[in-house]
Amino acid sequence: MAISRFSASSVPVVAAAPAARRVVPALSNVPLDYAYDGTFEGLLTVLFTVYDRKAAPNSIQPTGAVQGGLFVQPVEVETNEAAAARVWKGLLQYMDAEARTRLFHTFLSEQPDRELVIFRYADLAMRAGRDISEHYADDNVRRVQRLAQQMYREKHRMEAFVRFEKTQDGLFHATIEPDFDVLPLIAAHFTKRYADQRWLIYDRRRHYGLYYDLHRTDIVQFDGGAMPQRSTAVSATVLDEREPLYKLLWQAYFDHVNIPERKNMKLHRRHMPLRYWKYLSEKQPREQRFEPIRNKRPVQPGGPALGAGAAVTE
Amino acid sequence: MNDQRIQEKLSILADAAKYDVSCSSSGGKRKNEDKGLGNAEGMGICHSYTEDGRCVSLLKILLTNHCIFDCAYCVSRRSNDVKRAAFTVDEVVELTMNFYRRNYIEGLFLSSGIFSSPDYTMERLVRIIRKLRTEHRFNGYIHVKAIPGASEELIQEAGLYADRLSVNIELPSEMALTTLAPEKNYEEILTPMAQIRDGIIQNKEEKALFKKVPPFATAGQSTQLIVGASQENDLQIINLSDSLYKGYGLKRVYYSGYIPITDDARLPQVTHPPLIREHRLYQTDWLMRFYGFQADEILDPAHPFLDLEIDPKLAWALRNRQVFPVDINTADYEMILRIPGVGARSAKRIVAARRFGPLSLDHLHKFGVVLKRAKFFLTCRGQALEKRDYDEQTIRRQILFGSGSVRSALVTQQLDLFAQAS
Ligand code: SF4
Repeated sequence: MAISRFSASSVPVVAAAPAARRVVPALSNVPLDYAYDGTFEGLLTVLFTVYDRKAAPNSIQPTGAVQGGLFVQPVEVETNEAAAARVWKGLLQYMDAEARTRLFHTFLSEQPDRELVIFRYADLAMRAGRDISEHYADDNVRRVQRLAQQMYREKHRMEAFVRFEKTQDGLFHATIEPDFDVLPLIAAHFTKRYADQRWLIYDRRRHYGLYYDLHRTDIVQFDGGAMPQRSTAVSATVLDEREPLYKLLWQAYFDHVNIPERKNMKLHRRHMPLRYWKYLSEKQPREQRFEPIRNKRPVQPGGPALGAGAAVTE
Repeated sequence: MNDQRIQEKLSILADAAKYDVSCSSSGGKRKNEDKGLGNAEGMGICHSYTEDGRCVSLLKILLTNHCIFDCAYCVSRRSNDVKRAAFTVDEVVELTMNFYRRNYIEGLFLSSGIFSSPDYTMERLVRIIRKLRTEHRFNGYIHVKAIPGASEELIQEAGLYADRLSVNIELPSEMALTTLAPEKNYEEILTPMAQIRDGIIQNKEEKALFKKVPPFATAGQSTQLIVGASQENDLQIINLSDSLYKGYGLKRVYYSGYIPITDDARLPQVTHPPLIREHRLYQTDWLMRFYGFQADEILDPAHPFLDLEIDPKLAWALRNRQVFPVDINTADYEMILRIPGVGARSAKRIVAARRFGPLSLDHLHKFGVVLKRAKFFLTCRGQALEKRDYDEQTIRRQILFGSGSVRSALVTQQLDLFAQAS
């Protein structure tokens, strides 16, 4: 692997002028099946290997997950940090940083064919001779755009739907189960926003979390993946004594900002899909029955339901 | 805090505040410096959605629903027999901080009934936000309602701490205001509005000159109009909004379909809030702010009401058939944006993607263009998708009732309501 097609040292990274681009070798050898360790660095190493061997990928899959029957003999690519770094840097000759980030997001999307999508996009970008990020007529470009968008939406959702609970030792704790692996994407937001409190956001599906200790945010794992089952299962004994009150107040607030005359559950669910409700405290069962504020008198019999029953004031 | 009492207060004062529609927390630019709590960066986050599908972004409450005024359309009006409550300054501060720390909200939206006097009320609002900003180093979003009639100094100080200041116009004409809110007048509303506008302008100028200038309502000001409580037509409403955007530099005008909350004889007896009308007004507002439409292109004295069946962009296109069809491979962005069924994002994509080669109809579909709608108004490489030349009524019918016709969840819901009512 001594010869690098992405040699960043010989080509200034920022100078994206076509003249400075390397000629991308034709992938003229017999296509191969590649296997890697499932990390992003691993995938970048695979890209390196593809051009090194001039052999296009039939498939790129994490070791152990390789499908395709008995006859597939995948090339095991060992992750090489240096090669990965060179590829990562080299990509900037063919795309801007934003487009490159989209490739990383595509990886985090956990789509079964994400590796090939990334390869095809990178290959197209290298051969196009110009920026392809707006080449929407190309299926692959649109796919990357869409995945990046979906990732962005999921990131945005998690920034919205995280519900912290305060524990006795002052830690703000939340559990999430996002559709995609978005913890790396939300770290910056929460670090900026909650700078004066310790917090932990745990992805229960992927068994790891983000922990901020008032100085920095780190990725944390727990032995044997043993984390509380759900957010409310941080057992009541370790919660701050005021925590139940704030949950109650938030639920009361949620119930009272609703305008029953405008009820539209379809819209409600479109914005807040059912699968997220599990960790949203406002969607948990009420301990007390909801008592609407009965300020209003029905305009006329048979009018819309204005809260429950007749007005208190009559 | 007495737990039970605070819950009751929150219920009453959130309930009383909920008819104010503005919930947006966008446009805030407040960094979290020195490790305080919170930030507001451009796009606001909706942390939850009510069952009526509205965004819950801010803790939206009244300081109190006691009020010395008697505006007919308002639940909190003096003559209404309702439960009253008032928060203390500290209660609002505590609630805001604790909701924010749990990631429930983007910040606070504080308004109030007029208790004792406008200044007395405004002074308390200012005290709350001062405390949040200075003692608690809170950098989340704050939107405060300026109380009509409050002194200039208090409004000025509120502007130092709030990201957005607003004064609700409520009624689209002075005449309606005199009948329905006898203690208020346009002047009292427009004066603080002008003051906020001038404060914002002055602040921008000072910022250009000096390094360290305290912020003043950096996210701008907004207002709300109640629609359907008085007789104005859509043309009057849209003209008013237009002059507020242009004359007072407002960031947003919100439209609130009047919800029957009283049987006051001064008010129309309606059974359903005019949700579609409200929706069409928002669409029109949107066309003026982002699609380059002028108010008089959408409505004129001959057509003073918006078409409830179809959106204003389609209505405009049907009245202006002479400018269509538009060719998507050659037309300007501005024209492409005017094709019904083409949104801002697809228009941008079209203009970007055609640099790589001519686009086909298949591409349009993939870019998210609603072809059912757009097909009557565009050509692609010189070819029309709809060979026949339909008249206005036919296009209308096809779009509304044709197979796969597109209708928003809101319109469908409202049509269901109509069906039930009749
Ligand atoms: S002044 Fe405000 S709170 Fe008081 S009655 Fe009028 S609208 Fe309602």
